[in-house]
Amino acid sequence: MTIGLENYLIVAAILFTLGIFGIFLNRKNVIIILMSIELMLLAVNINLVAFSVFLGNLVGQVFALFVLTVAAGEAAIGLAILVIYFRNRGTIAVEDISQMKG
Amino acid sequence: MTEVPALLPALPEIILAVGALALLMLGVFSGEKSLRTVSALAVLLLLAAVAAVLPGYHDTVVTFGGMFVSDSFGGFCKILILIGSAISIIISVDYLERENLKRFEYPVLIVLATLGMLMMVSSNDLIALYIGLETQSLALYVMAAFSRDSARSTEAGLKYFVLGALSSGMLLYGSSLIYGYTGGTSFEQIAAAVSGDGPVPIGVLLGLVFVLSGLAFKVSAVPFHMWTPDVYEGAPTPVTAFFAVAPKIAAMALFTRTMFGAFPEIADEWQQILVFLSIASMIVGAVFAIVQTNIKRLMAYSSIGHVGYALMGLAAASPDGVKAVLIYLAIYLAMNVGAFALIIAMRRKDGATESIADLSGLSQSRPAMAFALAVFMFSLAGIPPLAGFFGKFYVFIAAIESDLTYLAVIGALASTVSAFYYLRIVKIMYFDEPAAPFDVHPGKGIVAVALTSAAITMLFAFPVIVSRVQAIAGTAAQSLFQ
Repeated sequence: MTIGLENYLIVAAILFTLGIFGIFLNRKNVIIILMSIELMLLAVNINLVAFSVFLGNLVGQVFALFVLTVAAGEAAIGLAILVIYFRNRGTIAVEDISQMKG
Repeated sequence: MTEVPALLPALPEIILAVGALALLMLGVFSGEKSLRTVSALAVLLLLAAVAAVLPGYHDTVVTFGGMFVSDSFGGFCKILILIGSAISIIISVDYLERENLKRFEYPVLIVLATLGMLMMVSSNDLIALYIGLETQSLALYVMAAFSRDSARSTEAGLKYFVLGALSSGMLLYGSSLIYGYTGGTSFEQIAAAVSGDGPVPIGVLLGLVFVLSGLAFKVSAVPFHMWTPDVYEGAPTPVTAFFAVAPKIAAMALFTRTMFGAFPEIADEWQQILVFLSIASMIVGAVFAIVQTNIKRLMAYSSIGHVGYALMGLAAASPDGVKAVLIYLAIYLAMNVGAFALIIAMRRKDGATESIADLSGLSQSRPAMAFALAVFMFSLAGIPPLAGFFGKFYVFIAAIESDLTYLAVIGALASTVSAFYYLRIVKIMYFDEPAAPFDVHPGKGIVAVALTSAAITMLFAFPVIVSRVQAIAGTAAQSLFQ
């Protein structure tokens, strides 16, 4: 069996969907949300690199490098915000993030 | 050998990038007391960037391998953004000092976020778009959580971060599909790939939907608005004031640039989505604001409603529509900085207040402040002859000319409903029993900003001003259609 572009796209689509569901269905822990975000960005990278190879065009790989870099920055800022949040509230359970409503 | 790209078109961005680093060094070496100095220099830096936008305002130049475009559409939006950011710094300093948030990072973060916004406005490629958007967003996440000892501020930061990262993910997934099915990331390549005969590839349409949802998150259009009220309420008030103007303008400009730069030939496909976003935003903005008791939350729903009106101009998918969006953004900036300057000035001896009930009887204790706030509320409601009326007027005209009369009718109805809560604030200030008065000294910057924007809001009663603004916005909109 040859592995074609579709296979890569399907894997990426599954990963991306898992990431979105991870954000919305998870009721326990904010760290899991951060992991889900990373999963989404990795799905995007698989897409970009697969397209880049099958189109024979380097732009996709350059884009993937940019996404990796920004994902690292995003994770750092996300964790920093999580740390100060934990200091104030003493919990990172998703259910408790509900001081403001309406 | 590769050539060095032309750097001059990106001069405003370069000034901000270098300046932000210099301010950071200055802040680090002079310690916590330097908030005022760094703020003043940051305002000068933003004004220097305005001066750098002006010389090349009328020329359309593409540089950095086609990734970056400088034209009068971009110039117009950049000037609005830079002014909005500069004013946000001016009205913040007194508040930050009183609330014990004296940290020099605040103006530096605003400058960095503004740099991202200018990149967004000038982006001509999906990669440039993403980098600009993230430069802006990363600075904004930190600003939302700026009051790091407050549970509400950090919660606002966390919510903004999670939902912002989700929207970036959707936008990126869409970008990757568009790249795959058109073979390029630059807007020209995408436009060329989707303009041919025959059906548009389904992958491009799917990608377009993802990109649209990502952008809708950033402008906080319904149904992607859930973060807005919480972030506006939780973030420190000056940060909310900043969020309500500059990033909104930048995201709307980016939205416009992407739609008309990359997908002008398939306007029929995105027009229906924008019509839906616009109707939903106007209705939610009008209805949900009625029950709010916190003025920052009310302003959040108000801004959702205003995004709905701006999207109406975009949904018209015509040069007149873009012109209407630009006029709307300029007027939105003038009204909102003034209104927020006064919201920042709401403070008593025991600290800042944000409840609408605290405004009761303001006309007796602080007649000038009550009058200015009433002007902004009338203008936000769109009552002639104030500025807000003309913003809505041009958007409605553009929608009607594009055969979207039903959209204009829904807009007019939503605007009637929203007039209820704006006028309720005026009623509370003028006819209710006085509450304890606010402090007498809100700070010189706040007074100056509130007076200037109240004057600008009222100046629109003169037809000369209206036609001048219309002419400037018209040339800016034209540059997008060459």
